[in-house]
Amino acid sequence: MSDPMRIRAVLTGDKVDVKILMGHVMETGQRKDADGNVVPAHYIVKVTASCNGREVLDADWGPSVSKNPYLAFRFKGAAKGDKLKVTWTDTAGESRSDEVAIA
Amino acid sequence: MHTRRSFLQLAAGAGLSAGMLAPGWLPRAALAADSRPVFDTTAIADALAALGAKDAKPSTEIAFKAPDIAENGAVVPLEIESKLPNTRAIAILVEKNPHVMTAQFKFPDGTDPYVSTRVKVAESSVIHAVVTTDAGAFYTTKTVKVTLGGCGG
Repeated sequence: MSDPMRIRAVLTGDKVDVKILMGHVMETGQRKDADGNVVPAHYIVKVTASCNGREVLDADWGPSVSKNPYLAFRFKGAAKGDKLKVTWTDTAGESRSDEVAIA
Repeated sequence: MHTRRSFLQLAAGAGLSAGMLAPGWLPRAALAADSRPVFDTTAIADALAALGAKDAKPSTEIAFKAPDIAENGAVVPLEIESKLPNTRAIAILVEKNPHVMTAQFKFPDGTDPYVSTRVKVAESSVIHAVVTTDAGAFYTTKTVKVTLGGCGG
């Protein structure tokens, strides 16, 4: 249903640089459509990332994160080829997980 | 008033389904726009209180990169890095947005206290970066001037 995330995880030195692009409308619930009806709120509330089952990031989001969110962070303690899994959950209860191997 | 009522019903429905998915972090009976207290605040002071950061002190040990002038308020790139020891979390609060609380990032051991993301800024506003450490809360601010509002996207 939802578009796959684009995730890049690259090991540089002892840290993994992670860049993520998610496909999501991030509707605030404040906006009106052309007919003047309020577009219902629909946004990501939770993003988590884990590497080999170990949690590496836990984020709580509100409606003011931009549409098609971008997120970058870094963490230690992983090797090339390890799997990084990113999951988001939104206000409608939908969720999506994607996984990449660390390059 | 009709639109507000239907909006509240919708939000309650969303809260309920999400509550069943992950009980504990979303109280299911709340009728607020966002059932998480900190995300339902409209003033910086209330948001700080909900974050447990009411006594946050200003700090120069937080590197906060944001554009001075944002042409498009719907996509304002922010980069925050804390140099404070034992940083546990970074929160982003946009003072002039309808709901000030934008995001909070929690860092388990081994993750750098660094985050880069893009946020909506409804109108020219002070943006607060609030860092939670073992030694209390600290903040730094940056003013972003918006030439086009953030409500479009």
